Amino acid sequence: MSSNVDAHAAHGSHADPHALHDDSHYIKVWGILVVLFAISFAGPFLGIRIITLMTAFGIAVVKAYLVAKNFMHLDIEKKFVVQLLVVCLGLLFLFFLGVSPDVMKHWGWNWRNDSAKNANIPEHILHEGGAEGAPEGAAPAEGAAPAEGAAPAAEGAK
Amino acid sequence: MAESHAHAHEPHGHAHHEPEGWFKHYFWSTDHKMIAKQYLLTGMLMGVVGAYFAYVFRMQLAFPGKPVPGYGMVTGADYNALITNHGAVMIFWVAMPVLIAAFGNYLIPLMIGADDMVFPRLNRLSYQIFLVSAIILGASFFVQGGAFGGAWTSYPPLSAKAEYNLTPLGPSLWLIAVALEFVAFLLGGINFVTTAMNARAPGMKAFDIPMAVWMIVIASIMFMASVGPLVAGAVMLLFDQLIGTGFFDPDRGGDPVLWQHLFWFFGHPEVYVVLLPAMGFVAEIITVFSRKKLFAYKTVLYTSIGTGVLSFFVWAHHQFIAGIDPRMANVFSVTTVLISIPIAEMCFVYIATLYGGSITFSVPMLWALAFIGEFLVGGVTGIFLGASGADIYFHDTYFVVAHFHYTFFPIAIIGTFAGITYWFPKMYGRHMNELANKVHFWITTVAFNGIFIPLFILGASGDHRRIFDYSNFPELATPEMQAMRVFATISLLVLLAAQPIFLVNFFYSMFKGKQAGANPWNANTLEWQCPSPPPHGNFDVLPDVYRGPYEYSSPDRADDFWPQNSPS
Amino acid sequence: MVKPIATTRSATGVPTGRLAVWWVIASEIVIFGGLLASYVMHRLGHPEWATYAAHTNPWAGGLNTLVLLTSSLTAVLAHNAAERGNGKRAANLLMLTCVGALTFLVVKSFEWYHEISEGFTITANGFWSFYYCAAGLHGIHVIAGAIIMLFVAADARKNKELQRVELIGIYWHFVDLVWIFLFPLLYIAK
Repeated sequence: MSSNVDAHAAHGSHADPHALHDDSHYIKVWGILVVLFAISFAGPFLGIRIITLMTAFGIAVVKAYLVAKNFMHLDIEKKFVVQLLVVCLGLLFLFFLGVSPDVMKHWGWNWRNDSAKNANIPEHILHEGGAEGAPEGAAPAEGAAPAEGAAPAAEGAK
Repeated sequence: MAESHAHAHEPHGHAHHEPEGWFKHYFWSTDHKMIAKQYLLTGMLMGVVGAYFAYVFRMQLAFPGKPVPGYGMVTGADYNALITNHGAVMIFWVAMPVLIAAFGNYLIPLMIGADDMVFPRLNRLSYQIFLVSAIILGASFFVQGGAFGGAWTSYPPLSAKAEYNLTPLGPSLWLIAVALEFVAFLLGGINFVTTAMNARAPGMKAFDIPMAVWMIVIASIMFMASVGPLVAGAVMLLFDQLIGTGFFDPDRGGDPVLWQHLFWFFGHPEVYVVLLPAMGFVAEIITVFSRKKLFAYKTVLYTSIGTGVLSFFVWAHHQFIAGIDPRMANVFSVTTVLISIPIAEMCFVYIATLYGGSITFSVPMLWALAFIGEFLVGGVTGIFLGASGADIYFHDTYFVVAHFHYTFFPIAIIGTFAGITYWFPKMYGRHMNELANKVHFWITTVAFNGIFIPLFILGASGDHRRIFDYSNFPELATPEMQAMRVFATISLLVLLAAQPIFLVNFFYSMFKGKQAGANPWNANTLEWQCPSPPPHGNFDVLPDVYRGPYEYSSPDRADDFWPQNSPS
Repeated sequence: MVKPIATTRSATGVPTGRLAVWWVIASEIVIFGGLLASYVMHRLGHPEWATYAAHTNPWAGGLNTLVLLTSSLTAVLAHNAAERGNGKRAANLLMLTCVGALTFLVVKSFEWYHEISEGFTITANGFWSFYYCAAGLHGIHVIAGAIIMLFVAADARKNKELQRVELIGIYWHFVDLVWIFLFPLLYIAK
């Protein structure tokens, strides 16, 4: 008896019990998620860094949205719940904004983080990395970064 | 349907109360009132511990190199461990458990007209985790090398490497204790917030909720939103300490400033987390003892929420000279000075509440007034520190110490005494001895100022903090400065000497105090509309609410109060 | 223990259990968020970590992503079954979700075993420290979620406390969500 009461109470706040979908709806969403995943997985194989990042993170955001909306039923949840979650995400970005000027840089007005540039890379890993075929992912990443890392370091040294 | 069934009429709160054994009643209870008392007593005990630490290190500062009675010789390592744990204990194991866990647990269900918290077993679990955290902290004193001495802020690399802090086990135990305390309060916070949001009596709308409940709820939300990054940081620091990762080690690509940010992103909202409940208690007390409604309920509510939000935007003012990006220092300076506005606003509202009221100088009222006065001093001195230019000089001096004690002492100590003296009759069905309480009040308040005013002067004169023996610094060891240190220490001794008055009063009155009725203060809020002490289930018939909590001296009534649950 | 009347009330309109789970999720957002934000800052500040990141195994990561996505599906189907009062079906679907959790952990164990034996330990360097810390914290949440799910399933099978199927489901979807971001961060963005 109590279980039935509980089961009804479970969706008591949803506008209409039948707003919850049939199983097929969720399977469809799952299908879309799998396709999106496949695209994001394939991204790196194209070798173009900007596309990889767009597919990887852009798709991650879309997938997250789909899971939140359809699986967690945030679309029919009370608005304040969504607002609460958005506020927490906002705090997260606030944290990132406030801290990144300190942590994300290799150099500042009066300092230079040489250690970051000279970080210990164990020999056997360095050599192995070349053999494994990872460089098509690694190389484009390396291409951009050392330039911006090297230039300020050179300036700082002057 | 199920919902209407629940709302229609809810008869007894005390459902099926089988007689409990002694163990279950005192140690295994799920009753929010018992759990509240467990938190209260644990917090008070830890308060004695924290006070003892302060006694020892202040004696060392006043009489350097002399053995301290009741402790012995204080070495540099001892001193560091004492100040570190004084801070940690007072914030995490005294202020939070007493103000939030004890009073929150006790008051929230009563003030919203419920029979218990919505998750009683989770409540019990929260306390048990909290107790374990206190035990682990205690254990850190008895391990090889001794307790952690890297300051309550635990900055790496000092806190990360045993070769620097010379206490191989202490820091990890300390960190685990703090992390467990966070877990306990996360669980507790969820309980409080869910209870206050959902379990309110029928008719209690948002603006009918007493300010004490609102403040504890807002504080819990702030805690839950701010502690996340520090939990992550604590895991990272623990890995650095125990398995040799380099999250905060610059030689390994890590960044110690990251820890500072992770810590203070929590640490600053934390001080408002403890402030708001104390302000909530003051709001309850000043309305009852001036027989006046709160001057501007919505203003207080919105400014509290605004303070809570703004508190997330000021954290780096603790790091002005740590090497952060100076442009960020500008931003945080502005936000820090801004945050003084809502809090000052609240103090003004409280003063306006008192103005023209029919004031009774009962003991709770004395504590509430002391809170407002002392906290204003603390707040104003914070503005000096918030200006990043001035902070270059003041940072890590005793000026900072005096500032945060002028804020923390009102919060944690004055707020606690205000709450206990006000709600004691409800909790134990008896009155405390009023004369003893008044003596305790005056000695405590005067002595407190005697400790920290010299510290302001010392700080402005350049006294750096966290130094265990100033005789090595000739410019700081002048006779005048040392005289101030001695004066501060003697004031502390006076303060400590007065506390047994309260403690004896507290425990004696629990058993032998004058019997108190349900509503000795003629107050409106729901906790006073049930027996003292409330039985299991709180209310014989769960109340319905018809009005706000501060309808005092209403012109349409003969009585100068109007309980929230009276139909007419 | 008899539930207090307080637990059955719902002034907000959201049942108490679900409200509590949302607060849990909210606080977890900042916990994982703090860790991941710290990682992102470090990763962007240390481009040389790309040589380390090259060694994560996208096939293992990808497989685990598929496993978690599918387990999210079974979890929401379990919720649907519970809504219709079919406790037995809900329990079975929850058990399938647990199988997904177990698969995830097994794949991860093989992955980590391989990586550790290659010398990519948690203390090897900053990248791997974050890798194990983040994935490890996530893994602990997977384990905890699976254990709770077993209890909920046991009750659901007897048609008891069916509302909890939705609640553990919401938690589970969150665990999936974290992984949806961990996967590109650790396996794709090299």
